[in-house]
Amino acid sequence: MLTVLGKQLYIIWSQIVTLWLVFMHIFKKADTVEYPDVMPYMFPRWRGRIILSRDPDGEERCVACNLCAVACPVDCIALQKTEDENGRWYPEFFRINFSRCIMCGFCEEACPTHAIQLTPDFEMAEYVRQDMVWEKEDMLINGTGKYHDYNFYKIAGKAIGGKGKGEARNELPPIDRRSLLP
Amino acid sequence: MWFEFVVGSPLNIVLILGAVLGATVLLIWFERRMLGFFSERLGPNRVGPWGIFQSFADVGKLITKEDWVPPFADRLPFIVAPVIVPVVMLLSFAVIPVAPGMGIMDLNVGLLWIFAMAGLGAYSAMLGGLASNNKFSLLGGLRAAGQMISYEVFMGISILGVVILSDSFNLREIVEAQHKNGWYVFPQFIGFIIFVIAGLAETKRWPFDLAEGEAEIISGFNTEYSGMKFGLFFVGEYIGMLVLSALIPVLFFGGWYAPFGLDFPNAILSGIFWMCAKTFCWIVFFILVRAALVRPRYDQLMNYGWLVMLPLSLINVLVTGAVVLAQGN
Repeated sequence: MLTVLGKQLYIIWSQIVTLWLVFMHIFKKADTVEYPDVMPYMFPRWRGRIILSRDPDGEERCVACNLCAVACPVDCIALQKTEDENGRWYPEFFRINFSRCIMCGFCEEACPTHAIQLTPDFEMAEYVRQDMVWEKEDMLINGTGKYHDYNFYKIAGKAIGGKGKGEARNELPPIDRRSLLP
Repeated sequence: MWFEFVVGSPLNIVLILGAVLGATVLLIWFERRMLGFFSERLGPNRVGPWGIFQSFADVGKLITKEDWVPPFADRLPFIVAPVIVPVVMLLSFAVIPVAPGMGIMDLNVGLLWIFAMAGLGAYSAMLGGLASNNKFSLLGGLRAAGQMISYEVFMGISILGVVILSDSFNLREIVEAQHKNGWYVFPQFIGFIIFVIAGLAETKRWPFDLAEGEAEIISGFNTEYSGMKFGLFFVGEYIGMLVLSALIPVLFFGGWYAPFGLDFPNAILSGIFWMCAKTFCWIVFFILVRAALVRPRYDQLMNYGWLVMLPLSLINVLVTGAVVLAQGN
């Protein structure tokens, strides 16, 4: 009998404590960030709107290798490779369907030339669904994005116009395989 | 005659009706805002200053929605059910004394009138649940009927102590008697606690919203309702909360009379101010209860009602009656 009464009194006491604790919350500052009025701080590594960057010389970084399109889990990237007169590869078209994109960042990880990068911008709502399909002109920026010094063709061994075999950074001149002399 | 502060004058009727409806509309916004503050959010703050006009936006949305009656529903009761609550709750507000010479009706059975009206309010949930022809609605209606009828029993008994002490059913005379003898919370503390709990259950507010129970029976008796029909249920609930919040000060906290002699010189202004202040405190308390407490199971609700509250309220009436008799002799 007494234990039952004690248990009931404890239940009532716990309700009163709950009421008191919840009431004290009224004096605390709200956690809400009033977004359209106050912009929240977006971290530099936030995975938002996708851009295509250029190398320090101002050329397109993308070499149209299709690794991003392969890595994409929702198949939202479409591109076609072409080649200019110097032998540089670049995409003829590069199309991302942002209505399918899940901002996973796999394309950025897959990219061997740091061309495709995700930015902290997230305000991408559109009124027309067709406007969510972005072309290369919409995504290409004039800067280098997060990696300022990287220039793929300066490092890679591939010969293009203006840079022959063995002229890349950290690269030795090609060996004459027909000579046996050391 | 028309523009005097006499009970039942047209000026009083217009003022009180307008105040009640306006307060109800504001209450919907205020509750959401307070719930936000209690959970460290901001609540609706976009429409107008501090979001005051949120309820008007909501009403605009509800009115412009399609007024749809499901083809499987029982048409007449389905349409009548949501109208019952607000009407009945407004009628029960009529007997509540706001200030000396301010009120709509001065009924000598005012307390009984409120209970009669609250009893009719149960029909709303019952009819709504039954007419919807939906198993969840039926469950909600059943729960509402069971809960309201069983909690009404000792809601009535719990305030018999107040009636015995003040020797009247007239709310105005109860307030006057408290002015003479002190607030009735102190001699009638058990009755007061039981009345608050039963009142919460009677208005189907949290934590006794088993009739709605969104998580279990998908809003219960108003599952099939949409648009302004749903809005009427909603408004009715808030008017009920307002009636309850105004009734508790009248019965237990001295009505329009100021505590500690903090009256203003003007009796009517002072009455209105203190009545509003006390009602406001209770509204905040009910919102706090909604924010803090969890819903009991239905069998727990019934057990507490019949096995704890009913005996307690009966003992309260017996003891109060015995004491009054002993003092009278």
